[in-house]
Amino acid sequence: MKAQLLEYTLRLGDNALILGQRLGEWCGHGPILEQDIALSNIALDQLGQARMLMQYAAEQKGGDFTEDKVAFLRPETEYHNCLLVELENGDWGRTIVRQFLFDTYNYFFYSALLSSADNRLQEIAQKAIKEITYHAQWSAEWLIRLGDGTEESHQRVQRSLNDLWEWTGELFSMDAVDEALLAEGIAVNLAEIKVQWDQKVNEILSLATLKRPEDAWMQSGGKQGEHSEYLGYVLAVMQHLPRMYPEATW
Amino acid sequence: MTKEMNLEERFQAYVDGENKVEPKDWMPEKYRKTLIRQISQHAHSEVVGMLPEANWITRAPSLRRKVALLAKVQDEAGHGLYLYSAAETLGADRMDMVDDLLTGKAKYSSIFNYPTPTWADIGAIGWLVDGAAIANQVMLCRTSYGPYSRAMVRICKEESFHQRQGYEILMTLAQGTPEQKQMAQDALNRWWWPSLMMFGPTDDNSPNSAQSMKWKIKRKSNDELRQEFIDKTIPQAEYLGLSVPDPDLKWNEERGHYDFGTIDWEEFYQVIKGNGKCNKQRLRARQEAHAKGEWVREAANAYAEKQAVRKAKEGSAA
Repeated sequence: MKAQLLEYTLRLGDNALILGQRLGEWCGHGPILEQDIALSNIALDQLGQARMLMQYAAEQKGGDFTEDKVAFLRPETEYHNCLLVELENGDWGRTIVRQFLFDTYNYFFYSALLSSADNRLQEIAQKAIKEITYHAQWSAEWLIRLGDGTEESHQRVQRSLNDLWEWTGELFSMDAVDEALLAEGIAVNLAEIKVQWDQKVNEILSLATLKRPEDAWMQSGGKQGEHSEYLGYVLAVMQHLPRMYPEATW
Repeated sequence: MTKEMNLEERFQAYVDGENKVEPKDWMPEKYRKTLIRQISQHAHSEVVGMLPEANWITRAPSLRRKVALLAKVQDEAGHGLYLYSAAETLGADRMDMVDDLLTGKAKYSSIFNYPTPTWADIGAIGWLVDGAAIANQVMLCRTSYGPYSRAMVRICKEESFHQRQGYEILMTLAQGTPEQKQMAQDALNRWWWPSLMMFGPTDDNSPNSAQSMKWKIKRKSNDELRQEFIDKTIPQAEYLGLSVPDPDLKWNEERGHYDFGTIDWEEFYQVIKGNGKCNKQRLRARQEAHAKGEWVREAANAYAEKQAVRKAKEGSAA
């Protein structure tokens, strides 16, 4: 149970951390200042959530673990984020599609986590849900705007949607960790939120005049530590100072 | 002619009486132009100034530092927005101002053409660059043009917070491992002189200053502000245990100020001309962001128009 709770905490924490890291790449390079600010806000919220979850993970690990030691000093195979969040940003449209698919999932996930039997996760969900509600609204609005904008924007986001679809299956696949913690009332039932996700995604795609891709082969493995090639680079950049100066505090 | 002179005299008397000029008030055309130039340059500086620091967001060495840095760079984008709005109150158009930046017609603060190769640069920018900017901006809180002065009051509050953050980064490094201390010293060595240049040429080489002072756009001369900054900053450097890279620096009891060495104005003018290490890189980054965002802005406009038409149809149907 203990090991499973830690892994579960890291899955949530790593989703927030890696997505926050990816979104941070946009800062200073957005299509217009107002949206640069909006996306930085989302990155900040993700990183804030990552901190709460890393602190919780550090406490579970005990000893001299800190949020930074947990966040920065693991090898790739010990990161448990879903693959979707580690993928490259691409253009603004691709970032929006990734954000929409993830935010919508995250919204239903954290709504369900509000009734987790684990007090800490429940408290974190309470703090995070307001932010995530806004993220899901923001990215849905942008998806509609781009899907129903110009011919070019429509084609661009449809292409990104087709590309990113295969990375969404993992969000809802239950493994032994999910099952064991679900039995304890701690984890979220992913089958339940899949129904809500499907409904919301269909609704927004229809408003955006976009076509839902066929469900075909879905990629998986991120949650268990089997990643794409992208994560290594994300971590190389993120970890370089703490790894180069292991004695230092910052 | 006489009427115009009267207006100008009345304007001067109004400003001399420490009154704020508001957008709808009459103002000399040159006052308006000077302000548009100054405020838009200031806005561009905030926006370009995001780049050297954003360079470290993905590499910030702790979560706390990463969040603080991202929030800080985001604040700068916000400052850019307030300032573009302040310039718009004078009749300038934001998109025209942005075009002037992208084509290289408009200037921005030269300091952002220096690179940020190490993490300590993030501390040095906060402490020195924001510190120098604050010295200037505190004065601008009392500038005669109302919207600019009010934007400055907001910006100053955030900037002092950034400066403390920067100083704290350097403090942590200065008290850290020998490598960290070296990193801090190296950053101070590189940022010290460029920070002093931020106040602009010496008073005898600053031809527009006198008119700006008369109109109370500016309230202190470049040299006065530079001296204030040095006097305030030296004790802070001493407290960090770092040495300021100026062999001529010493306290002058008689003047009640620090004496300092000669600034390399040749370097200053070279960087302004485009020959700093990062001039091309900074401008290209802004141009690319703008170009890559074009289809996004077009889509947003197209969607807004479609929505307006739909709303109008709904309205007429009802």
